[in-house]
Amino acid sequence: MKISVTVNGQTHESDVEPRTLLVQYVREDLGLTGTNIGCDTSSCGACSLHLDGEAVKSCTILAVQADGSKVTTIEGLATDGKMHPMQEAFMQNHGLQCGFCTPGMVMAAIGLLNENPNPTEDEVRIGLEGNLCRCTGYHNIVQSILACAKGGN
Amino acid sequence: MGGSILGNRVIRKEDPKFLTTGGEYVDDLQHEPLLTGAAHVTYVRSSVAHGIITGIDASDALNAPGVIAVFTGDSLDLPEMPATFNPMAKRTLLARTKVRYVGEPIAAVITETREQGEDAAELVIVDYDVLPALIDIEESMASTNLIYEECGSNVVFDSTALGMPDNTGDAIFADCEVVVKGRFINQRVAPCPLEVRGSAVAWVDGRLFQWLSTQHAQGARDGIKAALGLDDTQIRVITPDVGGGFGAKIGVYPEEMLLGMLSKKIGRALRWRETRSESMVGLGHGRAQIQYVTIGGTRAGKVQAYQMQVFQDSGAWVDMGTILAPFMTRPMSSAVYDIPVVEVRTTSVVTNTTPTTAYRGAGRPEATAAAERAIDMFAAEIGKDPVDVRRMNLIPKFMHNHTTSIGQNYDVGDYEGALDKALAAANYTELRAEQARRRAAGDQKQLGIGVSVYVEITGGVPPMSEAAKIEVLENGRAVVYTGTSPHGQGHATSWSMIAAEQTGIPMDMIDLVWGDTDLVPVGGGTMGSRSLQQGGAAVNQVSIELVDNAKKIAARLLEANEADVVLDKDRAVFHVAGTPAVAKSWADIAVSMKGNGGLVQEGVFIAEGATFPFGAHVAVVEVDTETGKVKHLRHVACDDAGRVLNPLLLEGQIHGGVAQGTAQALLEEVRYDADGNPITSNLADYAFISAAELPSFEVVHMETPTFLNPLGAKGIGESGTIGSTPAVQSAVVDAVSHLGVRHIDMPTTAERVWLAIAAAK
Repeated sequence: MKISVTVNGQTHESDVEPRTLLVQYVREDLGLTGTNIGCDTSSCGACSLHLDGEAVKSCTILAVQADGSKVTTIEGLATDGKMHPMQEAFMQNHGLQCGFCTPGMVMAAIGLLNENPNPTEDEVRIGLEGNLCRCTGYHNIVQSILACAKGGN
Repeated sequence: MGGSILGNRVIRKEDPKFLTTGGEYVDDLQHEPLLTGAAHVTYVRSSVAHGIITGIDASDALNAPGVIAVFTGDSLDLPEMPATFNPMAKRTLLARTKVRYVGEPIAAVITETREQGEDAAELVIVDYDVLPALIDIEESMASTNLIYEECGSNVVFDSTALGMPDNTGDAIFADCEVVVKGRFINQRVAPCPLEVRGSAVAWVDGRLFQWLSTQHAQGARDGIKAALGLDDTQIRVITPDVGGGFGAKIGVYPEEMLLGMLSKKIGRALRWRETRSESMVGLGHGRAQIQYVTIGGTRAGKVQAYQMQVFQDSGAWVDMGTILAPFMTRPMSSAVYDIPVVEVRTTSVVTNTTPTTAYRGAGRPEATAAAERAIDMFAAEIGKDPVDVRRMNLIPKFMHNHTTSIGQNYDVGDYEGALDKALAAANYTELRAEQARRRAAGDQKQLGIGVSVYVEITGGVPPMSEAAKIEVLENGRAVVYTGTSPHGQGHATSWSMIAAEQTGIPMDMIDLVWGDTDLVPVGGGTMGSRSLQQGGAAVNQVSIELVDNAKKIAARLLEANEADVVLDKDRAVFHVAGTPAVAKSWADIAVSMKGNGGLVQEGVFIAEGATFPFGAHVAVVEVDTETGKVKHLRHVACDDAGRVLNPLLLEGQIHGGVAQGTAQALLEEVRYDADGNPITSNLADYAFISAAELPSFEVVHMETPTFLNPLGAKGIGESGTIGSTPAVQSAVVDAVSHLGVRHIDMPTTAERVWLAIAAAK
C-alpha cells in the first residue's frame, strides 16, 4: 500500500506491505535504527516514538496507520547539532547504560512532560511503567526527567 | 591537569551517540557492505519439554514464499558434542533424536526476509513421542526417567565428586542450644537484557566474520571455532554495541554457533535475531536453587555451625549454571560471619527446562540469600533483633586476608563498618519505632525492615589477568585496546580516564577498541565484575609503561638526560625539568617512531587474586495485611568496592543491581506448568520490574581499597543485586513476623504473602 509519512521533517512516499509495523517501517525502510525492538507484546517501550506529537509504541501501530502523519524519532530530536533538553538531561544524570531502551525512554519521557510538565517523582514512575530498562534500575532515568522538568538538566 | 581526574563524577563520553542516533546493535548493521543481501535465519523450536523426535516434515515450509532452504540436524549431519562440565552429556546443536526443553532448536529456516521466516517456521511439522517432563529438581533427581540416558542419572554434577567434603549430618549441631532448619527456594529468573540475542555472518576470503551480541568475543570465537572445526586464522568475531548481557551473553549458543555453517551451505551472508518470546526460552536463565539450611548456636546469639545442601537446577543442558553452586555458592556460604563449622554440599540436576547460566551475581546471591535468611530465622527463634545477632557473628574488621572455615580467603573487610553506615542512613531506630507504632495500632499496612550484610567474590574467574594495548598516533590521539567488553558499563569513559591520568592526553583524544578478535585477540570479556580491577588495571599498567618509554624517546629528541625529562600532564608534553618552553608533544614522539614500530605499549596485568567487595543494605517495605501487596518504600545501599574511579558509574551499577535484586525478591519468576510448558515466556507474562514498583535508592559510599591491584578497585557490577535481594525479602517477612510468619519464599508476591498470613493465623 502507498503511504506518505513525514519523518523527522522529511516526507517519504513509500509502498509497504499492509502488515508492516510502524517500527519496521522506520527501521528497515527508512534505516532509522535508533528506534529499537525489545519485545513482541508491546510491553517494553523500546520502540517509543512520536506520532503527531504524541509518544506511542510504534510496534502497536501499522505503518499504513501513519499515512499522512508526522513522526519524530530519536534521530530527529537534536536541532543544529544541539541535543534536546531531555537528551542533555539523560547525559548529565547518567540516565543510560547499555543504551538499548534509551531512544524509547527519551521519547516517552518527552511525551510524559508534554502531558504533565511538572510531575512528582511518583507521577514520573507511573508514567514510565510501559518503558522497561534492565540496566539503570530507573533511578537516574527518573532523576533525568525530573531535572529536565525543572529546566536544570 | 588541576589534580587527578580519578574519583571524579565524569559524565560518559559514549552517551551522545546513544542519545542522538542510538547505539549500533547487531540488528542495526544495515550499512555493513559484507552483509548486503543477507538472508534471514529463523529457528524451529521444540514445542514439547521432553520427547523423541519421530519425524520432521519441511515440505510445506520449502514451498512457502521466500524460503531458500530448511536445514535439520540430520540434513547437516550434526555430530554429538559433549558438555564442558560433564562430558557424558551430549547433544547436537539442532536436536536430532530427542528434545529436552520447550524452545530447543530443531531446524533452521532460511528466507529472504525475516517475516517470511516466521511464517515458514510455523509450517515445519515435527512429530514427537512425548515423554514425561521433569520440571521439579528434587523429582528429577530421584527419577529413573533420564534426560541424558548416557549419564545414568539426572544428577550431573556434585561437589563431593570434586573432592569437596560431604556434609556430616546433625552431629555438628550437637552442642548447639538452638537449631533452626529452613528450606529456601532461590527461584529461577530470566536475565532479560533489553536487546535479545542476535548475530550476523559473512564468509570473506575463506574467513568467517561473525557479528555477535556478546559479553566475550574471544570466548565466543573459541566456541564457534570448535563447533565448526575452524582454526584460529579462519574466524573473526566482531562485537557491535551490546544491549545488556547480565551474564547470559557470556557463552555462545547453538543458534549462534550454527550460523557460519548455514551461511556456507547457501553461499549467502546471514542475519539472525530472535524474538523476545524466543529469548525467554532460549537465553539462559539464572539462579534456580533449592537450599536446605540448618543453623545452630547459643541462645545468646552466637552461631556455632551452619550446614547447607544445595540442589542446583541445571535445566536441560550441563551449562554454566551447573557449576555456579560448587564454585561460587559453596565458597561464599560462610558469608560475612565467623562461624566455626560450615559444611556445604551442592548437587546439580538436569530438568526439562531452559538451561541455566550466569545471571548477575551468579552463585553469590544464592549464598548470601541463604545465610541472611538463616540468620534472620535464628534471630527470630531466640527473640533477638536480627541486627544484634549479626553484630555478634560478623567477622571483625581485617585489612589483610581472612580465611573462613569453609576455606575461602577474603582480601579486606569491614562488615560492621558497612552495617553501621547503612543503619545510620536508614535511621534504623526510628524505623523500628514506627514499626512498633503500627503494630500496636493494628494498622492494615504494616512496616517491614530488612537488613542484609554481604561479601562477594569478584574477578574470581580464571585466568585472573587481562591484556591491554595503548598506541599513540601521529596526530597525538591515543587508541586503547582492551580485552574487556562493555555493554553499558562505560569502559570508553573509564579506560580513557585511566589513560588520561597517566599520560596527560585529554580524554576526548583517547579512543577505545574492544570486542573485535582481529584487533584484540586476547581478552577475558566482561563478567564476574572483573573489568576495572583487571582490564582497567591493565590499561593503567601499559599507560605507565608507555610514559616511561616515551620519556626515553623524548630525552633523545631533546638531547637530554632521560632522568631530567618530565611529563607535564597539564600540557601533555615532555620537557627537561626547569625548561618547559622546549617541549615534545605525544604527537612529536609518535612521529619520531614512524617506521620504527610506532609508539605502542602492550602488556598483560596479572591479578594476585580475586577481590571481595562487601556492604550492607536496609530495605523498608509496607505490606497490606488484607491483600498481601508489598510496596518497596526505601532502599539504603552501602556497597564497598574499594577505591572508586568514577562515582557516577559506580552508583549506576549499584542502582541497576538493586533493581534486579529487588525484582527477584518481589516479582520475577520463570514458571512452567506440569508438562514443562513455559508460562512466563514473554514480557507480558513475566513480571519484569518497572519504575512504578521501585523507589529511588539511597546510596551510601564506603571505600576500603584492596591491596590486590594498583587501582585499589574491587568489582561493583553485581554487589547491588547480592545485597538487595535478601534485604527486601527479609523486609517482607519482617512486616508480618508479628503475625507469626517466619519465612516467605521469593518472589514475595501478594498471593504468597496473603497465604503466609492466612497460614499463620
